[in-house]
Amino acid sequence: MDQALQHLVNGTVLGGTYALLGIGLTLIFGVMRVVNFTHGELYAFGAYMAYGLVSLLGLNFYLSLLLAALLGAALGAVIERVLLRPLRGADIDSVMLAMIGAALVLQNASMWAWGGVAKLVPSPFDGMPLVFGPVSVLPLRLFVLGVAVALLLAFWFLLDRTRAGIAMRATFQDPETAALMGVRVAWVGTATFAIGSGLAAAAGALLGPVFMVSPTMGDLVGLKAFAIVILGGLGNLPGAVIGGFALGYVEEFGGGFLSTEYRDAFGFLLIILVLAIRPQGLVAAKERVG
Amino acid sequence: MLTRRTALLSGLALPALSRTGFAADPIRIGMTQPLTGAVAASGNYVANGAKIAVDVLNRAGGVMGRPIELVLEDNKSNPREAVAAVEKLVLRDKVPALIGAWSSTFTLAILPKLMEYKVPMVVETSSAARITTSGNPYVFRIAPTSEMEAIGFAELVGKYTPAIRKIDFLSVNNDFGRGATEKYGAILGAKGIPTGRVETMTPEATDLSAQLTALKQSDGDTLFITTGVEQLTLAMRQAIEQRVGKRIVSTGGSFPDALIHQPLPGGAHSDHVLFYAPWFPEKAIHPEIAKTYTEEWNKHGWEFAGLTEGFRGYDAVLTVAEAVRIAGKVEPEAIREAMWKVQIPGVNGNIHFQKEGPAGRESGQNQPNVYIVRLADGKTSLV
Repeated sequence: MDQALQHLVNGTVLGGTYALLGIGLTLIFGVMRVVNFTHGELYAFGAYMAYGLVSLLGLNFYLSLLLAALLGAALGAVIERVLLRPLRGADIDSVMLAMIGAALVLQNASMWAWGGVAKLVPSPFDGMPLVFGPVSVLPLRLFVLGVAVALLLAFWFLLDRTRAGIAMRATFQDPETAALMGVRVAWVGTATFAIGSGLAAAAGALLGPVFMVSPTMGDLVGLKAFAIVILGGLGNLPGAVIGGFALGYVEEFGGGFLSTEYRDAFGFLLIILVLAIRPQGLVAAKERVG
Repeated sequence: MLTRRTALLSGLALPALSRTGFAADPIRIGMTQPLTGAVAASGNYVANGAKIAVDVLNRAGGVMGRPIELVLEDNKSNPREAVAAVEKLVLRDKVPALIGAWSSTFTLAILPKLMEYKVPMVVETSSAARITTSGNPYVFRIAPTSEMEAIGFAELVGKYTPAIRKIDFLSVNNDFGRGATEKYGAILGAKGIPTGRVETMTPEATDLSAQLTALKQSDGDTLFITTGVEQLTLAMRQAIEQRVGKRIVSTGGSFPDALIHQPLPGGAHSDHVLFYAPWFPEKAIHPEIAKTYTEEWNKHGWEFAGLTEGFRGYDAVLTVAEAVRIAGKVEPEAIREAMWKVQIPGVNGNIHFQKEGPAGRESGQNQPNVYIVRLADGKTSLV
């Protein structure tokens, strides 16, 4: 029982971070129909920015996290302006190839700039865990979970209650009609990609101090982000949150009670199951194709 | 002879031997390491060690009056890329001898290519037993096998208070991790110390909470962790979070250098099976060589912690250079034959190969030294 409770806490903490990873990716796909292969690299970029700002420039930890997310958003805006906008109307293969190329460039740039040796990001949190009966959790992990939930709520508010959010959703539903209604679709594209990138960078900046920062840290994360959005349904925002927590719990309980050897495989097994039973994902409605 | 060469290798050669330029073509030594990818930190450390050995040798006159040139290929922490790197080194760069490839998985992937191209390779890091027992006469390993490590550790097991009664394992799920689990489990088992729980992790895994929570349930008192530097550091930090509450011992030469500057909280300490302890060069078998290596490394301003792995590249280059010198010609078969006559001092200790594997197709295996270094509150000491 104690072990199950600890796995529950670990799964919740992990699920929160997975949800944060998934939401940026699914937003970009939902609004722009772009499969963003740079998502993992933007995550790594955010982590490196946090490392540089905290360790090298000596800035305040919390301010560094904010700046890292903003820098990630700025990088996302540049990618959209330079790479994606000229490809508007191009076929999905060309866009995917451009994004894969951008991911390779970003990863190699990280390697060149920071070297291959992993870095530790110092944090102001105590390294000793908080203990609640049989379970324990690091204060830093709770902080990450709290910020992840706050970001998810802020994001929901942005989409649901603001004019910018209405413009985004309108573009998501029908770009041509949205443009006729006066929505600046090009601007929505840049803003969406910047927000999605900022969320990826925020996740990297938050998780950098929990784990370690290395140029290839985005590889596994990129793969997991895709798993999360496929679980929840591509382009579905609540689906990304549910998919994130589902993946966190499946990995944690599967690894803890069945086999750690196949911990990552359990997540993908779940995806196969979901796709077999509900091909549109856990939450998304069926969509007409073609 | 040892004394003369010790002086040469420690950079104290007579000025007459020193040359600022070489008229002859360089002798190329091929090396493949994981310079990028999951275990890039270690690969870069080993490559840096090799580079400074080349500098030291060239300052002392090179080999046969010719300079040494290191041709480095990245295997990207991937066994397929390791094979491609060897193809490039042998076919494009025409190197007569190789050094590589850090991970046992990468090295095992390369072995058939050595047979195909008939080029000898010095294995500087990989510890899986199969590397020298599979009947590949082109393999010469200076690194210890997991079994040698475990035997070395078992000799010191009586020094632990409270005594080690039951062990658990957290190992990376590849040849390196599985090999260490098997050998440490068997050798300590023979000493009456049973194995409790065994958990594994993929090399890329960063969240190890499921594994550590499961290990916490075992009644083992000592947790052996086998993986690269980055994952070892993560595992040790997360073991505090999950309140695993066991003595931690790492194997395979990995040392969590980041924990010197950011120590684990609560006075936690850990032991690490290493093959060079740079904090105590005077305790090395050949202190003068260890000192030269350490000074050259520090001159470059590289991270001090890399010294624990960089020596592998340094010793490997010394080994190949000596084999070329004995062979008297830069031909793979002659160098392979000469490997059996190599007897030089290195940073880890004396390097000399003994035969291992099926008769007629033996591989070379060196008998390296093992040190156990304790890390407590950011400070190191020898056990």
